[in-house]
Amino acid sequence: MAAAGGPPSAPRGLTGRGFKPRPAGNGVGAGTVMEPRTLSGTGRPSWGLLLARGHGPLGFSSSSQLLPPENTDPQRIAFLLRKQWTLYSVTPLYRFSNAHLKNYSRLLSAFIAAERQKGWAVEVGVELDIKVAVSSLPDLKGSDQDHAAILVELFSRSPASQKTSEEKLIWSGWFCCVCGDDFFENVPEDFTCLPLFLTNGAESYTAIVGSWFQKTFDCCFHRLAISPLNLSWMAAMWTGCKVDKTASAMELIFSVPGLLQPLDISYAIHPEDAKALWDTVQKTPGEITQEEVDIFMDCLYSHFHRHFKIRLSAAKLVKISTAIASAHCDGIIKFLQSQYLIGVLKLLTELAISQIQ
Amino acid sequence: MQRRQSSKTPKQPLQGHHKNQTDLSAWRKGGRIDPEKIVQNHQTPNSQKNDRQQDSLEQALCYFEKVQDRVSLKKNSVLQKHLATVESIALQRGLPPEGFDVLLNVALSGKFADTVNTCLLKSLVPASVIPESSIISSVSWLCVGKCSGNIQLLFLKWLITVFDFIDHKEQIHALYGFFFSFLQDEKMCPYVCHLLYLLTRKENGESIQWCEMEYYFGMQSHLQALLSLYKLFCPELVTITLPGKMKTYFKNSEGPWKAAINAIRQRSQGNSPLSQPLFLGTAQPQSRKRKWNTQLFIPASSTNRNNLEQDRGKNHVDLYSTNKSFPVEQLQTFPQLLENIHHLEFPSQMGSVLTNPLLLHYMNCIKDESVYLRLNYWMGQTLQEECTWCVADNQYEDEFKEFLETVYKTECFLQEGFSSCEEFLYKSLPLWDGFCCRSQILRLVSWIPLGSFSEMKSHLYDPLAQLFFTSSLYFKCSVLESLKELLQNWLNWHVIHLDSASDSQVCSLNTTLSGLVNVVAELIQFVGWISTVSLRLENNPTFLLYFILDFYETVCIPFVFQNPNTLRLSLTFSFVCFFRYRTNLVAAKENEQSKKKILQFKFSSQTYQEYNQYIIAMVGCLWTSTAFQKDIHPQGLRMDEELLKKTAVQEFKTSFNIVYHPAMMGYAVLFLQQAWPDDTTFNFSLIKGKKWNWYLEYLYAQGLKGLKLFIESSINRVSQASHSKAGNTQA
Repeated sequence: MAAAGGPPSAPRGLTGRGFKPRPAGNGVGAGTVMEPRTLSGTGRPSWGLLLARGHGPLGFSSSSQLLPPENTDPQRIAFLLRKQWTLYSVTPLYRFSNAHLKNYSRLLSAFIAAERQKGWAVEVGVELDIKVAVSSLPDLKGSDQDHAAILVELFSRSPASQKTSEEKLIWSGWFCCVCGDDFFENVPEDFTCLPLFLTNGAESYTAIVGSWFQKTFDCCFHRLAISPLNLSWMAAMWTGCKVDKTASAMELIFSVPGLLQPLDISYAIHPEDAKALWDTVQKTPGEITQEEVDIFMDCLYSHFHRHFKIRLSAAKLVKISTAIASAHCDGIIKFLQSQYLIGVLKLLTELAISQIQ
Repeated sequence: MQRRQSSKTPKQPLQGHHKNQTDLSAWRKGGRIDPEKIVQNHQTPNSQKNDRQQDSLEQALCYFEKVQDRVSLKKNSVLQKHLATVESIALQRGLPPEGFDVLLNVALSGKFADTVNTCLLKSLVPASVIPESSIISSVSWLCVGKCSGNIQLLFLKWLITVFDFIDHKEQIHALYGFFFSFLQDEKMCPYVCHLLYLLTRKENGESIQWCEMEYYFGMQSHLQALLSLYKLFCPELVTITLPGKMKTYFKNSEGPWKAAINAIRQRSQGNSPLSQPLFLGTAQPQSRKRKWNTQLFIPASSTNRNNLEQDRGKNHVDLYSTNKSFPVEQLQTFPQLLENIHHLEFPSQMGSVLTNPLLLHYMNCIKDESVYLRLNYWMGQTLQEECTWCVADNQYEDEFKEFLETVYKTECFLQEGFSSCEEFLYKSLPLWDGFCCRSQILRLVSWIPLGSFSEMKSHLYDPLAQLFFTSSLYFKCSVLESLKELLQNWLNWHVIHLDSASDSQVCSLNTTLSGLVNVVAELIQFVGWISTVSLRLENNPTFLLYFILDFYETVCIPFVFQNPNTLRLSLTFSFVCFFRYRTNLVAAKENEQSKKKILQFKFSSQTYQEYNQYIIAMVGCLWTSTAFQKDIHPQGLRMDEELLKKTAVQEFKTSFNIVYHPAMMGYAVLFLQQAWPDDTTFNFSLIKGKKWNWYLEYLYAQGLKGLKLFIESSINRVSQASHSKAGNTQA
């Protein structure tokens, strides 16, 4: 089997011609039009993605499909791009204040020093001296009600580089909230809502920093996984976005269940072909329905089936890569385009909110 | 460097036993309690075994304390016995603080052979803390060198493992130099390094010539580790360069103790939530390889440092707040709580209140939304992430069970359900198999707050009904029991909040009286439906009937059930129920007639009609022997003549009166035996006229108070006074 397990062997030449969208009512879940979110109105939980079965991804509002290019200064957020970020959801922080960021840096660095010294089996070696910087990223927000993103960075001053006072970034993480205001408007003012936390670096540091935040601001962190359903939404949404340069191929990775050896199938599509297909599927620009996403994915599946006689719908979608961003179902994301960063974050914020609700 | 100071951890009684919320002793959180007192305090039969163990442990300790000469193990059965006692108790429950002094003294003094010493050292598993004094005396034994090298090594390994359990460390720090001198012993060196690593403070780094150490001992990994620590404290004194990229670990010296400590920790968590704060400090995810933050973990209470920091800047004047707030770690007794209630702050992590009854009391007094919000955020996340049947690959069912149990107890304590718990139930019930954590889940159901019916129906009743009909009889009874408690909790909650609701807007929407009545009515309807169906499914088992009647007694309305298929008509109701229902209705009617009050809701005339129909039917069955006749109610008892004829029961009209009713026949037989001792034909028709009244008196005398209430209130008896007079004189 050429496609199975091997490197991406993309069936090229996929265009809109051969893939007429099916009439409505044919696809799985067809006819389910996403309803606008009613998160805060009733005070009732909207069921989390974890348990959502037979629903659309409740986290996505129809307006979030629009990913307008942002005015954010690309320079200032460039360091967030092309890095793998692990996603966490965070419940609102209690008595967090932007006025005390300096204090927090100091307390956190003391906490890290203490954590690293204690224990029964102690790891010793280079990185004994760690500097902590907690700062604000005012650019990263979707509306005026959003709290400014908070960046936490750990720098090491290793003995070797001590003379040159060179600092090496060993771990970074940031809290953010993009357009989460309509959910959080009912939360008392003692709480700060930054439901999405992204980290890059060793998990041991994430654990220490996370524990400190949990202890200090009485919040909870949990890994934010992305369901295959949401991944297919992302694939469809991001396919439709305009990118200046000729972008890399769109890639979908599937894992085949029920095998002794793990088997992954990689499916790469030329971005222009994918966009052409999506344009034939999408009816109203700026609005996406579950039905359209299903049709889009079904078209891709049937094309693959025609070539390789493998039904991808029976496999699990684990990762998608597009020119905008790549996302893994374990909750790992990589941003590739600064102009769409805010849009992607908005989506992830909604996922995080639906997990903590 | 900041290490956990064990002095903060409360000393624990030897074994905590389960305490209820109403138990005053639960307010005493920890505190030094004499083991003897504990023995006296134990009243439950369950603790007798513990008492015996306690006695034998004390005997063993006594023996080891007094033993003088070298004794050989093989020839001495007394020694063997005591050794076995110490070993088994240590592994089961851990040793009390007093035990360490005695056992360390004997093990390091060389009185016994090494096998005995090894065995003793291996048994040194702490139940709570280890007194510092016992460590000091052990070091002095070590210096005298009475014990063998192997025992010395074992002792050091033990010391490293239990380091965090030592109650104070000041005096041990004073012995720093002694430990340092042990570095020269080649075999002990790695362990001493590790110990020094744990002990070292900044001032130690300044006082010793490190370069000498390097000169003497070379550069083994354990020494490097120690040196790097010294270098951290005093970079100017340690001149050597340590290899850059090397990662060094101390040898794993956990020995046999750690597993035992963890096992005891797990067990004691189950028995006594109060002992958790101690262990949580040292608890590390051991056997399980789980990612960060995926372990079920109730945080320990600790002061919110963040607030202290921030308040320092502010200069806010408050009526109550003095300049210092009372740290929650120091809160141990109820009087302390009362004394400091105005300057107490909630811990940094609200989750910790679950294991702290004193803070729960405090929570009861404080009406602060953010307190509940913090707790709910944490609880909601924890429940969702740890739910064993919602999260794949989560096999930690026991822990989850325990957690649910803790949540339930807290709800009982606060007499209030948590909204996070309610949401969790709504999310997880549709996926629940009805088996996993069954009793915990059903108990949590009883604390679901009053909601609107549409939610209750789709989130609670529908999934519950599905499980109900497809599960065992026992499950059905459990569900009914839990719904009864739910109803009770609602009613209690409403009684408490009725007054506060009128003068504040706290409970608005669905908690008005008519809203409450609707929701309650819907619950009753639901229970009525599942009861009826289940009685048919299960073929009328008495056991199930008992739970149904129990529910209806709480509701105070009659439950009438009839099974037309088999025509084995069951009349199930409770007389007490009827009486209360009547009282309520009469009271309501009087209220309505007086019209002085504007009632918040009204009983419709249909309700009265229904009641009257029930009464007529009941009286018809029990009293006037006219069953199955006048009755137009759909759930009523009327039956077609033809249908009745098919049953071939001849005297169907009388078959449910107080003589022939299956529930009463036993009494009737006994009555006949007493009234006509010679007659063995059991002629029930003899009970009539005056005998009927005697029989009634007889039934009352048998304790059928419900029947008495029912008959006296619902049946207008002709010349009742004279009848009862006659009955009295004849009786």
